[in-house]
Amino acid sequence: MNGWRRRGGLLVGTFSEREAGLLRGMVGQIRDLLAARVAASPHDELAELTGIIAGPTTAPTDRVLARLLPDFHREDTGLSGGLRALHEPELVAAKAGVAGVVLDTCPARGGRVRLSEEQAQAWLTALNDVRLALGTVLEVTEDMPDELAPDDPRAPHLAVYHWLTWVQESLIQALAST
Amino acid sequence: MTTPVELEQTQVDPAVDETGTEDRPWLTIVWNDPVNLMSYVTYVFQQLFGYSRDQATKLMLDVHHKGRAVVTSGSRDKVEIDVAKLHGAGLWATMQRDA
Repeated sequence: MNGWRRRGGLLVGTFSEREAGLLRGMVGQIRDLLAARVAASPHDELAELTGIIAGPTTAPTDRVLARLLPDFHREDTGLSGGLRALHEPELVAAKAGVAGVVLDTCPARGGRVRLSEEQAQAWLTALNDVRLALGTVLEVTEDMPDELAPDDPRAPHLAVYHWLTWVQESLIQALAST
Repeated sequence: MTTPVELEQTQVDPAVDETGTEDRPWLTIVWNDPVNLMSYVTYVFQQLFGYSRDQATKLMLDVHHKGRAVVTSGSRDKVEIDVAKLHGAGLWATMQRDA
């Protein structure tokens, strides 16, 4: 990956097989995590009748899901619960959707990726979701060093995180350069 | 979606009145977090709310330096939608009543 560039209305970047595998693996995991959240929702007889799907009223206990699907209000749990029920299904669908765009457009064996503006927006959000997930597990802080001690078990994962940061930053710059 | 205004007005509930017709607006707050990139947060503010690059950058810097910033305000319904959009973009956003 040498960064994203605009080429004739498209956003173009090249991924090695290893990079593509890494990215697809992480994006796929986010999609699986979201699918598990939906599967864990109780059977809803009313939703089947009306077609109106209500999400859960409580925040996920999993810390990655909790970061991807935040509360609407800091203190008012009643308000947060009601709004979560209303908005979470759409939010989960949107996040699964952008993950799907990456999986559909990034070849498993690597190579050139050509994205429309809309697809590039989806990539940007999906890359951010992966960084949120990894950053949460790594407990990233603002003054996180570029590298950890070689014997730190998080060191290789932090390197992946920094790589994702770079890929996302490059895509933002390319998108902004209209 | 929300219920139509006409329906809400038929409810004679003082609690609804108290929270529904006061002048204090609702605020959309974005909180600082260690993962979201400064460039990304600026970009999202421009894309979602149509802010100029300068306005979006100022709000992003407020989030970064002060820990939080009010990015939009208005009716509860409007702010609720704005928070949902920000969650879609992966920003840490909440809503609250203006103090």
